[in-house]
Amino acid sequence: MSASPAYRYVLGARTYSFRHLADLMAKATPLRSGDQLAGVAALTEEERAVAQLRLAEVPLKAFLTEALIPYDEDEVTRLIMDTHDPSAFATISHLSVGDFRNWLLSDQATPQVLAKLRPGITPEMAAAVSKLMRNQDLILVAQKCQVITRFRNTLGLPGHLATRLQPNHPTDDINGIAASVLDGLLYGNGDAVIGINPASDNLAQVIRLNRMLDEVIQHYQIPTQSCVLTHVTNTLEAIHQGTPVDLVFQSIGGTEGTNTSFGVNLALLTEAREAALSLKRGTLGDNVMYFETGQGSALSANAHHGLDQQTCEARAYAVARHFSPLLINTVVGFIGPEYLFDGKQIIRAGLEDHFCGKLLGLPMGCDICYTNHAEADQNDMDNLLTLLGVAGCNFIMGIPGSDDIMLNYQTTSFHDALYARRVLNLSPAPEFADWLQRMAICQDARGQQLTDTLPNAFAPGLKNLTAPDTPEEGTP
Amino acid sequence: MTKPPGLTDNPWQKLRQFTDARIALGRCGVSQPTAAHLEFQLNHAQARDAVHLPLETKALCEGVAHLSLAADPTPRQLHSAAEDRMTYLRRPDLGRQLSEASRALLSSPDNTPTPPCDLLLIIIDGLSAQAVNRHAVPFVKALHDALLANTDTWTLAPPCVVTQGRVAIGDEIGEALNARATLVIIGERPGLSSPDSLGVYLTWNPKPGRSDAERNCISNIRPAGLSLTAAAEKACYLLGEARRLNGSGVALKDRSDGEALMPAESGKNFLIGR
Repeated sequence: MSASPAYRYVLGARTYSFRHLADLMAKATPLRSGDQLAGVAALTEEERAVAQLRLAEVPLKAFLTEALIPYDEDEVTRLIMDTHDPSAFATISHLSVGDFRNWLLSDQATPQVLAKLRPGITPEMAAAVSKLMRNQDLILVAQKCQVITRFRNTLGLPGHLATRLQPNHPTDDINGIAASVLDGLLYGNGDAVIGINPASDNLAQVIRLNRMLDEVIQHYQIPTQSCVLTHVTNTLEAIHQGTPVDLVFQSIGGTEGTNTSFGVNLALLTEAREAALSLKRGTLGDNVMYFETGQGSALSANAHHGLDQQTCEARAYAVARHFSPLLINTVVGFIGPEYLFDGKQIIRAGLEDHFCGKLLGLPMGCDICYTNHAEADQNDMDNLLTLLGVAGCNFIMGIPGSDDIMLNYQTTSFHDALYARRVLNLSPAPEFADWLQRMAICQDARGQQLTDTLPNAFAPGLKNLTAPDTPEEGTP
Repeated sequence: MTKPPGLTDNPWQKLRQFTDARIALGRCGVSQPTAAHLEFQLNHAQARDAVHLPLETKALCEGVAHLSLAADPTPRQLHSAAEDRMTYLRRPDLGRQLSEASRALLSSPDNTPTPPCDLLLIIIDGLSAQAVNRHAVPFVKALHDALLANTDTWTLAPPCVVTQGRVAIGDEIGEALNARATLVIIGERPGLSSPDSLGVYLTWNPKPGRSDAERNCISNIRPAGLSLTAAAEKACYLLGEARRLNGSGVALKDRSDGEALMPAESGKNFLIGR
């Protein structure tokens, strides 16, 4: 094998040298703690700016010949190379990374043109150009990339923002979960999916939760889908035992080693997708996969091969793309301050992930979140929520009061979703918006105006409950 | 009680009997009311403070030493390669390795191999020393009771207590002490409503380089979450299965009946009127 060429840049009297393309990409990446932890970040601000200047000169074609992780060593690289479409790539094959930024921002890059281009773009090309872009560039171009998917409703239409209703409970108590589901539905959330992170991977429990969600969706005729976010092998076994599974969930990463650390590979994901498709439970479409990703997972698994974490993340989208998911969710601030230190880094990463995913043709959503050991707070999440709403993000999380009492982190609340709908004039999925109005949860057709009284359909379930010890206050 | 102007209440507040989740908060327009907002801010401030609380090592070692399943119950006190809390937060790699001094403590002076044991308990501060300070000793007691009630017999090594540590540091310790299995008992990162949650990680045949897919995890162990007794029984079940399979991780499916976790009628709920 020939050694990868070094990349040089002369700035005045000083010559900067980057060992190979991966090194150049890492050094060009906007500052974040995870790249510092990996020892791949630029050491000075000037080195970072110079790396961006040099990266701008690299022809896009270079990414097809210079694999950042060797083809023979990594099945994700093989997937990227083997599925690359040269005819789609032809439109941009003459461009450098810097030219690509100009072109993406230009009026030539219409939504239609960008949609046709998708199979010609590799994750590394998307990651490279994102490193040269400001936040507003990431927002503007992402907004032009529309990715629509379907299972029991239509997600990703322009002017729409969906929510995953996340009713987690620390012991998977069924009534506790049902309470959060009802709260979310009555706040107009849950069109992307009603998705539970179970506290335990106990198979019987996973099956029970799947059945419970299926019954609720059927009982209220909700045009949405359910998911229990357990390991793919658990879901496969549940399907084999006759469980009503809508979506198959799995965490994935951008290198073979990361996926090994998650206990998955491409063959296993293929098997799981086929099992879900065989159930034929989607009424409007057959997007049956739900993936989660997040910058830092490759380094966390010690499987980053010297790549920066944002490039690893973009490669995870190649894995996702292969399985035509209904939803893919970058859980941006979940992993902790060692990867994204503060609000500024979390916001930047969220916008990068959303842009790269959309450019590659993925139905990107974002878990806009932070942990209590990160330098971030609700104001940072408000900022990212608003920015992603403008960028056309497909979906966000919705949980009671931003507090996930099972996973111990903070993400967007049911209220936050309504805020975003109102200030940006966005609607939930059209089928779901119709349902909200039909059920008298919302007064309007755009899911922005809640009714003040309890909708009739939900009264019987509540009526049978014994009142808690403390008297209710202020109910009309 | 007079209703604040502009506030719309939610007539499903009685559902709070089922969950600690922040449901039925009410709304002003579509936004959170002032009271709910300020309570959140207070809880966030408290969780931020909990991250930086130190481990009460002395009390912990005394508490564990009183429990007698190990032939020698005196805990070994170890420290990770992360010197302080700020280093620990930014450098998880250092939290996964022992300090030089601790490593030396575990190696026998004449290179004689440590006699093998079935199970090694490793108690680590993690991201919430508060969880370990409050629950580690009672959990170890519950675990001992569950192991004694079990038909399998387990020989235990003296437990280890580690400061500024992460889960994977248990692999190096387990290998050095010749353990067939380790149970890492660690403070989970503090949640807004749960600053004191323990996590337990089972690793069969521990050695450096084990991936997370090779472990089994029990989380949210605290009185208001998964009870210490239920968690101990689950750990005991997983240990038995790991011994049968000669491995842990994704290959080991948790088929414990879960009766300790949920009522038998658990599929039913108020939403579907049954």
